[in-house]
Amino acid sequence: MCRCANGTVICQRSTKKFIMIKLLSQPWPWWVSGPAIAFIMSILIFSGKTFGFSANLSNICSMLGMGKQVPYFRFDWKKQRWNLWFLVGSVIGGFIAAHFFQSTMPLDLSPATITDLKKLNIPFDGNLEPSAIFNWNYLLSAKGLLLFLGGGFLIGFGTRYAGGCTSGHAISGLSNLQLPSLIAVIGFFIGGLLMTHILFPFIFK
Amino acid sequence: MKTLKYILAGVLFGIIMTKSEAVSWYRIQEMFRFQSFFMYGIIGTAVVSGMILVATIKKFRMKDMDGQPIQFDAKDRRWKKYLLGGTIFGMGWAMTGACPGPIFVLLGQGYTVILMVIAGSLAGTFVYALLRSRLPQ
Repeated sequence: MCRCANGTVICQRSTKKFIMIKLLSQPWPWWVSGPAIAFIMSILIFSGKTFGFSANLSNICSMLGMGKQVPYFRFDWKKQRWNLWFLVGSVIGGFIAAHFFQSTMPLDLSPATITDLKKLNIPFDGNLEPSAIFNWNYLLSAKGLLLFLGGGFLIGFGTRYAGGCTSGHAISGLSNLQLPSLIAVIGFFIGGLLMTHILFPFIFK
Repeated sequence: MKTLKYILAGVLFGIIMTKSEAVSWYRIQEMFRFQSFFMYGIIGTAVVSGMILVATIKKFRMKDMDGQPIQFDAKDRRWKKYLLGGTIFGMGWAMTGACPGPIFVLLGQGYTVILMVIAGSLAGTFVYALLRSRLPQ
């Protein structure tokens, strides 16, 4: 009797755990993800901080001692340590999600996007990132370096120039009804549309 | 303890960014091609929830966990840097399919090629800092 009851309890527990992992492993609908991102912002606000990830690019430069050469990095990065810990957490979170909550279903990408990307020689493979370009062979080609190193350069330069990225301007700034953030977000789209519709055909052909 | 809180918030952020698929290069292309409501739904509901949160905090003059009043800093009113900087970032966002947060989330997922994007973004930050005084603000 005892063993049987025990077994039932364990069985119930593992079923619950199984359902939980199954729920987490599904791709989330957008109306779950959006509020979840706002929840992250609320954790930081109630800790007396702000949600802005790209500040970490300056924090890392300051931490590496670049303040010696450039006054822009001459600030006390230790006061921003919380944000660097947040960065460390996001790397761990990416690892956990990829290893324990990975979706078994292919990405539900729009057929129109699949057709468009095919014309640019980027086949859709159902993963989050296209394996055709997210590999070291491609990266070490001229196009790959342009895309990853050049793209990264524009991200660093642009976010510091605009004083924020998607988290700092699109989420934090717009939540606080900041007109400058709206201007920045309009800029994000001008740049994104220009790259996607005008420059991509030249880069990928 | 406080360190642990920020690490855990980051872990949650990494899981949310992955499961939302906002870290996907494909999803960002779909967004810039206006071929699905998906990314707009994520950003839209995040902003609407955020607006409600910020308005509530202001209305009830809420305090943070240390008992300090919560303040929201207004961004300064110049516009050139927002438009130009934003446009430059937008181009990089479309190329790599990732903004600064997702870059690090993707590294955790095991995409080692993203190290090159990180190197590029630090170089971009450095060059911006050098040219800063000469750029229109």
